[in-house]
Amino acid sequence: MAPPEPARDRRPDPRSRQAVLRAVKYLGQHRLDTAGALISLLLVAAANLAAPQVVRVAVDRGLAVRDWSVVELAVAGLLAIAVVRGLLTFLQGFLAERASQGVAFDLRDGLYARIQKLSFSYYDQAQTGNLLTRLTNDVEQVRTFVGSGVVQLAASLAMLLGTIVVLVRINAVLALAALGTVVPIFFVLRRFVKRVGPLFGQVQQSLGKLNTQLQESLQGLKVVRAFRGEARELAAYSAINDTLRDQNLESIKAISNSFPFVNLFANLGTVAVVGVGGVQIFRDQLTLGELVAFNSSMAFLLMPLISIGFLAAQISRAGASAVRVFELLDTPLELTDAPNARVLPPLQGKVEFRDVVFRYAGAEAPILKGISFTIEPGQTVALLGATGSGKSTIINLIPRFYDVTSGAVLVDGQDVRELTLASLRSQVGIVLQEALLFSGTVKSNIAWGRPDATLEQVKAAAVAAQAAGFIEALPQGYDTLIGEKGVGLSGGQRQRLAIARALLTDPRLLILDDSTSAVDAETERAIQRALDALMRDTKKTAFVIAQRLSTVRDADLILLLDQGRIVAQGTHAELTATSSLYNEILGTQLKGEGGAP
Amino acid sequence: MRRPGSLESMAETEVQRARDRAGVTRRLLLELRPFVRPLVAALGFVTISAVGQSVAPWLVGHAIDHDIAHGDGRALAITMTVLLLVYVASAFSQRAQSRLIGGTGQRVLANLRVRLFSQLQALPISYFDTRPLGDLMSRLQGDVDTLNQLFAQGLTQLLGQLLALVGILVAMLVLDWKLALASFTIIPVMLGVTAFFAARARAAYRKTRETTGKVSADLQEGIVGIREAQAFNRTAENLARFRERNAANRDANVSATGITSAFSPAIDVLSTVGTALVIGFGGWLMLNGELSLGTLVAFLIYVQQFFRPVQLAASVYTLAQSALAGSERLFAVLDAQVEVKDAAGATVLGQVEGRLTFEHVSFAYDATRPVLSDVSFEAPAGSMVALVGRTGAGKTTIANLVPRFYEVTQGRVLLDGHDLTTVTRSSLRAQLALVPQEPFLFSTSLAENIAYGRPDATREQVEGAARTVGLHDFIVTLPKGYDTVLGEGGGLLSQGQRQLVAFARAVLADPRVLILDEATANIDTRTEALIQKALSTLLAGRTSLVIAHRLSTIRSATLILVVDGGRIVERGTHDELLAKGGRYAELHGQQFADGPAAQRVRAST
Ligand SMILES: Nc1ncnc2c1ncn2[C@@H]1O[C@H](COP(=O)(O)OP(=O)(O)OP(=O)(O)O)[C@@H](O)[C@H]1O
Ligand SMILES: Nc1ncnc2c1ncn2[C@@H]1O[C@H](COP(=O)(O)OP(=O)(O)OP(=O)(O)O)[C@@H](O)[C@H]1O
Ligand SMILES: [Mg+2]
Repeated sequence: MAPPEPARDRRPDPRSRQAVLRAVKYLGQHRLDTAGALISLLLVAAANLAAPQVVRVAVDRGLAVRDWSVVELAVAGLLAIAVVRGLLTFLQGFLAERASQGVAFDLRDGLYARIQKLSFSYYDQAQTGNLLTRLTNDVEQVRTFVGSGVVQLAASLAMLLGTIVVLVRINAVLALAALGTVVPIFFVLRRFVKRVGPLFGQVQQSLGKLNTQLQESLQGLKVVRAFRGEARELAAYSAINDTLRDQNLESIKAISNSFPFVNLFANLGTVAVVGVGGVQIFRDQLTLGELVAFNSSMAFLLMPLISIGFLAAQISRAGASAVRVFELLDTPLELTDAPNARVLPPLQGKVEFRDVVFRYAGAEAPILKGISFTIEPGQTVALLGATGSGKSTIINLIPRFYDVTSGAVLVDGQDVRELTLASLRSQVGIVLQEALLFSGTVKSNIAWGRPDATLEQVKAAAVAAQAAGFIEALPQGYDTLIGEKGVGLSGGQRQRLAIARALLTDPRLLILDDSTSAVDAETERAIQRALDALMRDTKKTAFVIAQRLSTVRDADLILLLDQGRIVAQGTHAELTATSSLYNEILGTQLKGEGGAP
Repeated sequence: MRRPGSLESMAETEVQRARDRAGVTRRLLLELRPFVRPLVAALGFVTISAVGQSVAPWLVGHAIDHDIAHGDGRALAITMTVLLLVYVASAFSQRAQSRLIGGTGQRVLANLRVRLFSQLQALPISYFDTRPLGDLMSRLQGDVDTLNQLFAQGLTQLLGQLLALVGILVAMLVLDWKLALASFTIIPVMLGVTAFFAARARAAYRKTRETTGKVSADLQEGIVGIREAQAFNRTAENLARFRERNAANRDANVSATGITSAFSPAIDVLSTVGTALVIGFGGWLMLNGELSLGTLVAFLIYVQQFFRPVQLAASVYTLAQSALAGSERLFAVLDAQVEVKDAAGATVLGQVEGRLTFEHVSFAYDATRPVLSDVSFEAPAGSMVALVGRTGAGKTTIANLVPRFYEVTQGRVLLDGHDLTTVTRSSLRAQLALVPQEPFLFSTSLAENIAYGRPDATREQVEGAARTVGLHDFIVTLPKGYDTVLGEGGGLLSQGQRQLVAFARAVLADPRVLILDEATANIDTRTEALIQKALSTLLAGRTSLVIAHRLSTIRSATLILVVDGGRIVERGTHDELLAKGGRYAELHGQQFADGPAAQRVRAST
């Protein structure tokens, strides 16, 4: 039941402080708004302090001596102050918010630009949920603090000082009595901040975990059911839920241990002021009006204190968020255009691997161990090899999704690292093994790589990919909405859309990574025939990865891969004559002596 | 940190009304039933602090009018002591009250969350077919969150404040009814102003919610689809589109702010008008000798105190509306029909032989479009039955009926002669294992993923299963071996390796009936052959239902069923079907079109 005692760090994290400062500097871009907000705010503070003075005048010079004209003046004065103060408060709030929205825009813009440029190796490790949180929650935390927080902090401090000055000027003795109650308030709030700051973070974390657990158990619904994991999923969820509840109860405790007592001490101020003030009035050291005004001004002592307390709790949260935001913003880009990168002229289609060695970041052993081959323009090349032998890895090196560890990948004789990424990738069409569709229409998905394509061009691509038939059978044809990950389409249908998408970009070099695995043999053959015609006519170079013999048989060159090395290469005829491994693979497909259960 | 009662907190919660407000309220109250005692206690404390809050200013007025005006030091001391006691009592009862109410709220919520979760685990799969996961998740989260807000802000703060308001109003009336009534004229004005702003703010926030939704959708696609974006060289376009939406979101927020930042100054002006009113009218009364200065001071305190509760009440009203609407949806989830309950008297299915029979089975996902019609076949115990046919023919659907993911519309499915509807689901599923078309991996360790169906398996058993599917040698090359934690969706594994993990999971579950839905589509044929060899000993005597597009996978099946348009159009062994020269032979011809090359291979091996 007892929640784990949070590791409380007494000293504020220096990283967090730096990050907060850096976030505050973003306000520099929105100087005018910030300055306007600050000025309005100081004026508001002044107006706030002036109002009780008017009340005092009304009581002392008007009501006490029964001078009605003074009362009238005071009422008019109060209203005038209220209107001016209202306008200024509006300006202050509006300008501060506008500045903070500007900061949020800048941060998000920078972050988005960064995530678009980060390489595949970054995403191999990254978690979608985590990245999304940084771009949404964390930015929002920073924004709230930078906007209202900074301005409010300044306002509260100004208010606090101003109030103290006013109180001291009305009556120093009373002021001392009032300030006496501020000291315990300060301690109560400090304890609150220390306790609640980290707790907020923990609650946030637990919520994240809870949602991840829910999401995974629903995504894997069928697996959970088939393997009767319901009870275990529930137990895992309950455990996180219990932690969350306990953390929430903890926060409630911390809040209930603080704010009633802040109020109490503030109220004690009233007791002290009325008590001491009463005695002073007996001795004619104070007027009734002053006592009343004093009492009203005391409220202005409490408000900024509570605000500062809340803000201090917020700073620790905003700090943690700012650290995460800047961490992403500062992630080095591993793959960028070289300083003197050339633009790749229209591609002929020659591809060469020169003794390529490749190791995934974080892995111990290289996956590709010295790969060399040359493809002439217009050739169709098939990559064949066992699961995990490195086929996808090889083709990922051509559009430079990863950089080789050693050796070189060349297209048309130029090292891909010396070309601009944009000019290289725009001429390479690729259908990834796990093709992802986007929410939108069928048409917008096919035209994804070439948004300006006409409907005719889209249709032509769909026909070549053997997708036109089923698309036309859909309720709204090419305008049918399909969801994220292509909900509503069967595996084979999704793959065909992905092929159409790649074909539409009219690439000089086409790469298909096991793109027809979910398609039945008949459809696959049709796709192949269409592709063949397309390739031969336009002399495109193509890389095809497939497990089915029928797919690879007609290739101009077959590369046989085993454990990161090319163990044989040649045409189908050559390989059947020379490679025992190739024959073994053929055997498993043609003879089917699998000895299945 | 949004303060309750702020215009933002009012406007951000979409006004939604529950259809059956009374019913939902009743059910929400039922949820509170186990917590009657703490709540009653809390009510007591609320009363104490409310009384305290309304008595205190009166005491201050009394001190000024009587004690200070009469120069009575002793009386002043007594009044001050009483005031002190009142304040202390209020503070402690505030503390107790916020713990009791807040604590109850959190417990109710925690309870509700677990019930929702277990309900989701029990709903039929078809429930999720029509509800995209993203929507479902965000709605559940949102609805639970509005309830949380109601409990955390609304109830704890409002209850006390409202009682205090009543106390304040009563005290004012008692002190001086004329001045009280004059002061009350501010209340309707204030409510009107609040309503005016709230309506405008709500429209503005609808816009921000829309733009925020677009920004989030963009972010999500930008991250999930990053590989495609880079492959299709679309990053610059994505950034431009995002910038546009990001700017629209900023502008919507700024214009919403224009409204919300005008609200509190407006209220502030009103509150000053209230003060001025008290001073003006009160002063006039005083000059006429109808009012004492002390009462006037007390009124000044009261007037400033009643603004907050009134504002709060308005905001909590909106909050409560949304919470009711949210609860209605949550209750709808809780009330949704769970997987058809095991029939009364359903028996626990013991160890079966594995004879699987479909008897005239028809099925439709939705009533308008039949997917399977009159499917009948029998898989003898220990046989391998293969389903082939075009995409969308209904193969996966047939497989889905065996673990009772869906219930047949007509006909029966039997295991060892037991109608599946007469046995408990859990005992049925204990006999089956499934490798789905798209392997799903949890973001836990490799070992935990493999042992998902049998969490008590020893490491040796896990390794055995990995060996069977040919994955062991690969796993041991990983720095952390079986304890390697998989990233989202399996990360760092090749596509085929992911399928192998799912396969190993099924093997370890040690089923009597194994269902393989394209389990080897991404796996090369040589590895597949090795798996089959290993399986043949391991699964000897067990029944398997295999779906494959690659015909080499199923060539040795005991029975091949060719599915087309939801019917079984051909059945027999590979040789029988080839000899028959029908649909299967046609499919086979396409895959193994006996070109000269293939002929040569046959000849040479
Ligand atoms: N959850 C569902 N709700 C409604 N219709 C569905 C659902 N799942 C599948 N269908 C439809 O039922 C039909 C049969 O689908 P099924 O998944 O069984 O095909 P399949 O033969 O397994 O195809 P594939 O080879 O692509 O896996 C298709 O027309 C499909 O659109
Ligand atoms: N992002 C990654 N980080 C670390 N290791 C990886 C990563 N991606 C793949 N690997 C490893 O690299 C090896 C080769 O993977 P690759 O995806 O190239 O195989 P493949 O030949 O395409 O296999 P398949 O036929 O199953 O798709 C595998 O052992 C895999 O586990
Ligand atoms: Mg691959």
